[in-house]
Amino acid sequence: MPSLEKATAQGRRIEAHRPWPRVMVDDALWQALASRLSDGRSSLLGLWGEASAVHMALYDDRNKSVVVATRDCPSGRYPSVARFHPPALRLERALRDLCGLTPVGLPDARGWLDHGRWGVTAPLGAAPAQSEQATATYSFLPAEGDGLHQIAVGPIHAGIIEPGHFRFTANGETIVRLEERLGYAHKGTEALMTGRTLAEAARLAGRVSGDSTVAYAYAFSRAVEAATGIAPPARAVWLRGLMAELERLANHLGDIGAICNDASFALMQANCAILRERVLRAASRCFGHRLMMDRIVPGGVTADLAPSGAEALRELIGAVEKAFPRLVDLYDNTASLQDRTVGAGRVGAALARQYAAGGYVGRASGRDFDARRDLAYPPYDALTFETPTLEDGDVDARVWIRIREVEQSLSLLVAILDQLPPGAVATPVPSEAGEGMALVEGFRGDVLVWLRLDGSGRIARCHLRDPSWMQWPLLEAAIEGNIVADFPLCNKSFNCAYSGCDL
Amino acid sequence: MRRTLFDSLANPILTEPLAKEQTDEIAALAGKLDAAARARLGRSLSIRQVDAGSCNGCELEINALANAFYDLERFGLRFVASPRHADVLLVTGPVTKNMREALLRAYEATPSPKWVVAAGGCACDGGYFAASYACIGGVEKAIPVDLRIPGCPPTPTALLNGLVALLTARPAAQSKQQSARDDRKIKSIT
Ligand code: SF4
Repeated sequence: MPSLEKATAQGRRIEAHRPWPRVMVDDALWQALASRLSDGRSSLLGLWGEASAVHMALYDDRNKSVVVATRDCPSGRYPSVARFHPPALRLERALRDLCGLTPVGLPDARGWLDHGRWGVTAPLGAAPAQSEQATATYSFLPAEGDGLHQIAVGPIHAGIIEPGHFRFTANGETIVRLEERLGYAHKGTEALMTGRTLAEAARLAGRVSGDSTVAYAYAFSRAVEAATGIAPPARAVWLRGLMAELERLANHLGDIGAICNDASFALMQANCAILRERVLRAASRCFGHRLMMDRIVPGGVTADLAPSGAEALRELIGAVEKAFPRLVDLYDNTASLQDRTVGAGRVGAALARQYAAGGYVGRASGRDFDARRDLAYPPYDALTFETPTLEDGDVDARVWIRIREVEQSLSLLVAILDQLPPGAVATPVPSEAGEGMALVEGFRGDVLVWLRLDGSGRIARCHLRDPSWMQWPLLEAAIEGNIVADFPLCNKSFNCAYSGCDL
Repeated sequence: MRRTLFDSLANPILTEPLAKEQTDEIAALAGKLDAAARARLGRSLSIRQVDAGSCNGCELEINALANAFYDLERFGLRFVASPRHADVLLVTGPVTKNMREALLRAYEATPSPKWVVAAGGCACDGGYFAASYACIGGVEKAIPVDLRIPGCPPTPTALLNGLVALLTARPAAQSKQQSARDDRKIKSIT
């Protein structure tokens, strides 16, 4: 069985692309790669378009290699990947909406991000066209049988969460089918980035999904640095790791509490929310912003650790290390809570592998992937940590993965503080043309950023792929056969990004 | 579980007094609220939060209002699940075109008297997304806004100050009453 590199060796390699190879492929090779995905030899990392080309990023688990394959589409058409590999489905629907390229054979004709309200079609395409406002009806997939009824939820939900629509078909209390419809938070971020300076684009990257602002700014900056061939100073590299672990810690603590709250166990939520608030306050003391927005930029970081920062972090680590084990016991020993989480919303290992689901969703279902380890980037290449995995794939497993990752992040924070090198925190970025790509492990999973710089210090094209593209479809599968009342709990255990995928 | 509960009895209270932040907006708000509406509301406000396409940063800080440090319920503020139960719509995001209709419907479903608070730079004027083909560029372009809370995202303290101002704003002079404000026409839902 040839490796991914061998399989793509006959394609013309684009020299400007770093750090992984990008090759131009023809139809035959494109389809051969699609069948590599469908028979599980490679995983799909991303699929995105430009005005007249489509790109597909693949990953080989065995030798941990990444290749980007590009197919030119002068005719505006290319062979659909989703036809062979369903995980590409929504990516191709989004690509068609944004770039106007037709995936030939795509088994779904409906739009995804385009709800007919932008006043323009294919905003990233070769010829964006004005369009009349069309409130075309969206036909949900049918479910047929005796005694079925539908429940429509959203786009505005009952809680303080992002917008999206869920269409349930249920038989009594049991869910027969869930279909998600997203795109409500589409802000046109990729079009806004085109032609912007690196500083402007970095701020937009940090606002794709606010809870992952560090991960996005980190991935964007690493992609720019790959494209221009520079390396940030050592201190900046380690401060980035510090911020990324603080972000992971804050989000996991918030999630653990919120999941328990959706099982009506408010005590856990109250205590986890206190810990989360302590993390945000420490982040604010260290870097001057509670979510650490706009702190990571191409070339380094904008804020050095405040003089009292190290002390604030050691206090924080002490406080969490004291309180957290007690909360873990509480979770572990509350039978009524376990009764809700164990066995609920199960995702099988085969599905997690097929969709290349990252983060706690993949790891709770046995997919052992962590960009910090498998596509190691500094400072993680010099740090030791564990990536927990479980096999059960239920809500309980997703809680436990988060618990173990909280513990790992705490020890990573200590290790980073101990080794933080002195020196400058930023280096200038040259205005060079080039292409770069980066994967950074956010709290949800791997964030992918791909970009092309135009040589005048501006963005020619930037694509950002949220980990939830590979997780949302699994939620539809996980909920089947569960009762309607367990949906909030299952949904919270996934905590997929809306804005992150809607862009 | 008992230990955790006992501990919370023994530990000092985390809830903090509200650090006052008076913005021009908040001062101006005092002039807008009429006595009749204030009498009807009493000292409590029901808030329906609407995410009109935010990046979710604003939601994180709005959610933080419920934690032990900020404890918004002590001010008589609470979040409700339906706009039909709400006095205030707390709107975030630049109002994406894909969310505009849902926002208008939520506004129309909210009984009068009602107030709209735009929270975060995006909601105030579109923020970083103002120029996008996919956004209308701020809540005001869809529905009338009574209070803007800037920030990206606004801190929980800034959010609390804004919401508390709605409760404590002093009644306006008779001549300044805007009794007709509820009749303001909004663009029809299309
Ligand atoms: S104001 Fe800032 S934090 Fe709030 S939605 Fe906009 S970009 Fe996100």
